[in-house]
Amino acid sequence: MAHDDSSGKDIAATSSGLDAGAGTAVVPASAHAEADGGLAVITTDGFENPGHPPTRPRVTDIDPKKARHAQRAVYTLFYISIAGSIFALAAYMAFPINDDLNSVRLNTVFLGIGITLALFGIGLGAVHWAKSLMSEEEGEDIRHPVRGTDETRLRAVQIFDEANKESGFGRRTLIRNSLIGALVAFPLPAVILFRGLAPEYSNPAALLETTMWKTGTRLTLDPSGLPVKAADVTIGSAFHIIPEGLNDQPDRLEQKAKAAVLLMRINPADLNVSPGRETWNYDGIVAYSKICTHVGCPVALFEQQTHHLLCPCHQSTFDVNNECQVIFGPAKRPLPQLPITVDSEGYLVAQSDFTEPVGPSFWERS
Amino acid sequence: MARKPAKANRRHPLATVVLIAIGLAFTGGGYALFTSTATAQTDTSATSTASSVAEGSKLFAANCATCHGLNSEGTGNGPSLIGVGAASVDFQVGTGRMPLAMQGPQAMEKPPQFTAEQTQALADYVASLSPGPAIPTADQLTANGNATNGGELFRINCAMCHNVAGAGGALTEGKFAPDLTGVDSKYIYEAMLTGPQNMPVFNDHNITPEDKRDIITYLKYLQNNPSPGGFELGNLGPVAEGLFIWIFGIGAVVALTVWLTAKSN
Repeated sequence: MAHDDSSGKDIAATSSGLDAGAGTAVVPASAHAEADGGLAVITTDGFENPGHPPTRPRVTDIDPKKARHAQRAVYTLFYISIAGSIFALAAYMAFPINDDLNSVRLNTVFLGIGITLALFGIGLGAVHWAKSLMSEEEGEDIRHPVRGTDETRLRAVQIFDEANKESGFGRRTLIRNSLIGALVAFPLPAVILFRGLAPEYSNPAALLETTMWKTGTRLTLDPSGLPVKAADVTIGSAFHIIPEGLNDQPDRLEQKAKAAVLLMRINPADLNVSPGRETWNYDGIVAYSKICTHVGCPVALFEQQTHHLLCPCHQSTFDVNNECQVIFGPAKRPLPQLPITVDSEGYLVAQSDFTEPVGPSFWERS
Repeated sequence: MARKPAKANRRHPLATVVLIAIGLAFTGGGYALFTSTATAQTDTSATSTASSVAEGSKLFAANCATCHGLNSEGTGNGPSLIGVGAASVDFQVGTGRMPLAMQGPQAMEKPPQFTAEQTQALADYVASLSPGPAIPTADQLTANGNATNGGELFRINCAMCHNVAGAGGALTEGKFAPDLTGVDSKYIYEAMLTGPQNMPVFNDHNITPEDKRDIITYLKYLQNNPSPGGFELGNLGPVAEGLFIWIFGIGAVVALTVWLTAKSN
């Protein structure tokens, strides 16, 4: 068994050619008398190296029958590995993936079993072989000292010196400095390229501050895009709403991520409306941004009796009765309310965009 | 005015009593006649009948009126049932949620306390009080719609509470959205239509009857087809999967490490 955990004694004992007192070499306490102290770490109460315990023979070392048994186990494991590989090949052909979802399951399961047997067979067999049959006698490999000899060190310095003289690196300072300059300038294009991954020619904060909602945009059902009449929204209902025309947008998912709205109708008597928002609901129909103000998960777990809105990610809870104030959880701000009204045909429309940025906080948000 | 001299009263003192007796006899007789004919007419039909309304009225008075009020007008302990419709009653009573065993965060599913006929009678009675959503017909419940559309609608409208695989999920303060696996199509439909407990209402303008059928199709598809990914672990997502891999995956690594480093016998 290799013995890497050499104590100071091993080094001192085997490096007799070195100056025992040099540098930080650790010398045993017994050698202290003739060494000149220096920085040596002297342990007076350290443990004596107890050495290795006597090698205990394994059953396979004593009993040839057990050894044969272990040998059989090892080659059986290797045979199992071969069988597993062949099984995986056969399973791949026997269980092809077709339109039926169940075929994916069968293909994956049998291919996986085969490959598992193949790899585990090799691994378990190899370990079992090493543990039960390979020689287990402990040996000692003493680690050589890390420090090179003085001649080697001197020669290394000479090589650097010669290289400097031959290349003129230290003498021709203009060449050297221009090379350093070139190396410094070289990564700059990468910085520009990475900057180019961010939105260009537009202020990202402005993108976050506005959504697709405009004055008169109809509230339509997600995903069909059919407009919603105020009369269709019965008390206790929850409608998942997207702005009209969202499905025709080239960047519809980006737009939806900001403009998604949950529409609910509750008894108008239950609503506590703050001054300035009196006209934002229509006869108890309220529309709130579905994007959580914590980290932007869709808040849509509406409890129609308690009028609580729960975010499934971190359990932020908003009270729809009180303009979606946070009553529990990590969110800091209430959900932004979309001011709504009805148009001449009775369809629900937005009065304007949200009056504040939707979703989580960002640096530029005032 | 009522206290005129007896002479001036042309009616016999017992005339009022007789009149009331005649009136009662007519009403009671007419009622008995009417109900018996109704029974004779629609004995085999499962639709609303006067007899089942009468039966439902009795059942309601005996089992529901304590909380919902004698005229189902609601009390401090239970909501009004005016306008909830037959669908709501069929869902709540048919799944055993009503009558409540006790007040709690939400009504729990139990073995139903009433037979199908009694449930029907209660539904007929409540529906007779005021119009409301009716129990869906069999052709609205066939799970042969468009599962792809149903899946999209389910993910938009239902998955946030009921989990994307319909395995259910937790809400606030002890409430929860139940597991939808194995739930009768009729009850799924009625729940969408009426919004039981804290579930929002998804009326026919929000999710049309065809869309509701598609959602049921999707749920039945999930239920009847095995997961292509192998063990579902209850479809509960990262919590169940994380627990599994921490216990069995890391456990296996620890066991192998112990075996690798243990001294051979």
